[in-house]
Amino acid sequence: MPQSPFIDIKNLSVGYTSRSGKTIPVLRDVNLSITRGDSIGLVGESGSGKSTLALAAMGYFKRGLHVISGQVQFDGIDMLNIERNALQRLRGGRLALIPQNSGQSLTPNLRIGQQIIEALRLHSDLPATGFDAGVIDLLSQVRLPDPIGLTDRYPHELSGGQQQRVAIAMALASDPEALLLDEPTTGLDVTTQAHIMELLRDLAKDRNLAMLYVSHDLGAIARVCNKVMVMYAGETVLTGSAKQVLLSPRHPYAHGLLASIPRLNEASLPQALDGRPPMPSETITGCAFADRCKLADQICHSSPPQLNHLETGEAVRCFHHDQIGQLNRKPEKSARSNPVVADKDTALSLANLAVSYSRPGLLSKLFTPQDTPPSTVDRITIDIKKGETLGLVGESGSGKSTILKTIAGMVPAQSGNIILNQTEPLDTMVEKRPAAYLRQVQIIFQNPDDSLNPRHTVAQILAQPLRLYYGLSGTPLRDRSIAILEQVRLGEHYLERLPSQLSGGEKQRVAIARAFAADPEIILCDEVTSALDVSVQAAVLDLLDVLKRQDGTTYIFVSHDLAVVKAISDRVAVLYQGRICEIGPVAAVYSAPFHPYTDALLGAVLEPDPDVAPRLTADDAVELSPPKTGCPFQRRCPRKLGSICETNIPTAQEIAPGHIIHCHIPQVDL
Amino acid sequence: MTVSSTSHQQEQGRFITVMKDILARPSGRIGLTLVLFHILLALLSPSIAPYDFKLQNSSLMLSPPSSEHWLGADHLGRDILSRTLMGGREALLVTGIATPLAVIWGGFIGILFGLVGGRVDEVLMRVVDAFLSLPWILKMLVLIVTFGTGIGVLIPTLTFFYGIPVIRVARAATHDIIARDFVWAAKARGHSRISIIWRELLPNVLDTLMVEGAMRWSWMLLAFSSLSFLGFGVSPPTPDWGLMISDARGFMSFAPWGVIAPVIGLSSLIIGINLSADALAKALGIDRAQKAPM
Repeated sequence: MPQSPFIDIKNLSVGYTSRSGKTIPVLRDVNLSITRGDSIGLVGESGSGKSTLALAAMGYFKRGLHVISGQVQFDGIDMLNIERNALQRLRGGRLALIPQNSGQSLTPNLRIGQQIIEALRLHSDLPATGFDAGVIDLLSQVRLPDPIGLTDRYPHELSGGQQQRVAIAMALASDPEALLLDEPTTGLDVTTQAHIMELLRDLAKDRNLAMLYVSHDLGAIARVCNKVMVMYAGETVLTGSAKQVLLSPRHPYAHGLLASIPRLNEASLPQALDGRPPMPSETITGCAFADRCKLADQICHSSPPQLNHLETGEAVRCFHHDQIGQLNRKPEKSARSNPVVADKDTALSLANLAVSYSRPGLLSKLFTPQDTPPSTVDRITIDIKKGETLGLVGESGSGKSTILKTIAGMVPAQSGNIILNQTEPLDTMVEKRPAAYLRQVQIIFQNPDDSLNPRHTVAQILAQPLRLYYGLSGTPLRDRSIAILEQVRLGEHYLERLPSQLSGGEKQRVAIARAFAADPEIILCDEVTSALDVSVQAAVLDLLDVLKRQDGTTYIFVSHDLAVVKAISDRVAVLYQGRICEIGPVAAVYSAPFHPYTDALLGAVLEPDPDVAPRLTADDAVELSPPKTGCPFQRRCPRKLGSICETNIPTAQEIAPGHIIHCHIPQVDL
Repeated sequence: MTVSSTSHQQEQGRFITVMKDILARPSGRIGLTLVLFHILLALLSPSIAPYDFKLQNSSLMLSPPSSEHWLGADHLGRDILSRTLMGGREALLVTGIATPLAVIWGGFIGILFGLVGGRVDEVLMRVVDAFLSLPWILKMLVLIVTFGTGIGVLIPTLTFFYGIPVIRVARAATHDIIARDFVWAAKARGHSRISIIWRELLPNVLDTLMVEGAMRWSWMLLAFSSLSFLGFGVSPPTPDWGLMISDARGFMSFAPWGVIAPVIGLSSLIIGINLSADALAKALGIDRAQKAPM
């Protein structure tokens, strides 16, 4: 006999009232039940209603949202008609939430110990004398090193991963029976994320929790969840066990979503999922996904499909779920043939580049000159050939963005040279560089919300480089702008729009269009896809690849996502603390022999496959500055040889032509 | 069609959308109606006031509201309705000139400080802070006592003192914007400094300055009326709300109509400006007064 559901959401519809007085649903007739010991992953693009649903399980709705119909029960308690005091006891008590950005959910002026005591006082039966022991117990449960020392620290003194663990500890303070997690590892480094996932997985098992895990990251879901629910435009489109949904999805949307994820074991670019989800205010006559679906026919556009419950235990909202096999997982798209660049000229050389952010004052220069911290970025020597894509990977703080900013002239170099087209070295500050060079190096930023002026129309945004570098105006300017927009697959009608009228993917396309408008030789891409949904990310990667083939542009592509870098790059440099650990052709770097850090990074990547477990080698401690001598990775290295790693800079070992590993471990043992 | 004409259309389109948004809000509708009403009144009151505001009639001294004198008469027997109707003219004229001037000079200096940044900015801002820490009425009285009263002194004085808090706001907004990636992008492309300030910075800072200006206007009105109340603003017999309140407050216990009428005049204008400023901030999307989630 199956357990009765612990969290039970029945036929829930939630909406808001528009200016014109219409009720616009953001969740439509959603059912979700979680029993204890279950952990359910909630997947979907941004705007699919997944966070709204998770918060509804706590009886909480964001301002402006109201329940249209349906019920929410928690262990038999009606959460929608519950007395306020009782609700407050439940929330943070039997039902705990771990939010996305825990750095922001911790009170900055309270020590860690006090914050957890507060949670204990409110939500546990512990006597006041037991608080201190309780705090230390909780901190050790979330596997934080030195729990006693940690209680006296403030949140800002902890790393992102440690803050997230403290947030988990606070959620556990009440000994909850159900745990809601809203993107708990977004923004964390891969190794940190992998460690937190293991922790959550063990906690769920040990405490027999009912867990609801909201994430856009299917790799994380695969690791902790046994069931998955896919949402699209406020509706459930597919539910099933994690294996069913992630390995053989029965809904075309889930299929497309999975295909759009770049994977480590594939050499080609992921498949883009074209189009975008309908806005909540649009009226949908048929299937909400019909416009983007390759299987769609007349019936899909005319009548809405119902959720079919299959014998296998899955439920799927699709008329053609039996034809899903037609969408073969690996389409004819051939593996990316990397252009041969070995004999091309060098486009950009970085020669022994070093960057330091520290500006010691006069007094410290006089009295403690030995205390100057080591440079943030050091010993960067790379030659990039014309038409090549160089990937820079590493965790946050690895200096990859700093290198890009230095090339762009926004951050001054401490020493070393940047040489464009084998001519004389460039001045490090952008103001002093000749105009001809400026046109040749363009940069695309991570967050298009920040890199496009909110007050400029697309036409004005594109006009800036065109006017500056080519002096265009009037009709030629307009014609050129339209031509560039079409290259990034946006039409003329986008010209008069403001950034606020574009979706995230469209904004990033405009930012790409602006970079290409200069017709540059080198484009610096700084995490250009990490603010985007996976399906949009695939489309943007594809676009970058096509444009590069057309124009022969050279890319330097910075990302923390190893699979993305693998998909787009010809050559990769792995950075740790601003130093190169390993550099070489993609195929060589992503296969043995490895630098210990590359190995740790690759092992921590979570694949969207429940059968693949990560290999955790190095710990996830965070270092704030590189060591003064020796190997940059010495403190975290699982294969440290001994004092040689602390004193000597590792020599470059050429494993194969162009594949260089900086490590003391002899080549045969790597 | 050139891009400059399209950008012009865009600005026009934005003005219309912002106005529509303001009018869609109750606060905007009420606020703008009050402000417009007061401006119209200031323009038309000399011709609609039933009596001469200077005319003294000793038989009417402190007389209560009647059918001839709807709001009664003051201690000199002057018609309160006529004086109240005209009591905002001087205040609106002075603050109407001083507010834009204050926003312009304060905004200019603030943006400059924000752009210069670094130690110079730090030091200069401490000077501004020191200035702001003195009670405003004291600072103004010093200037007015030195240079005398009258519009010729009041306008520059108010402009000067009310421009200083604008410096803070403009500087903070500038700091916000210049750290954004679109400014970096423009720098990396090699645009000139002036082009970056003009195209990237100003359009974004101006929104903040507009809201700040509206708020400063209501503060300035209050300051102006306070000065009149203390006898340093308009000189009698010119009708002014501050002055009227000051004159009538001695008789408040038995002739409260002398105080009530100018108080309603002044507060309705200030409330109108504040409501409009509030609606403007929301329409421009820079409203910071979000409600707490619980």
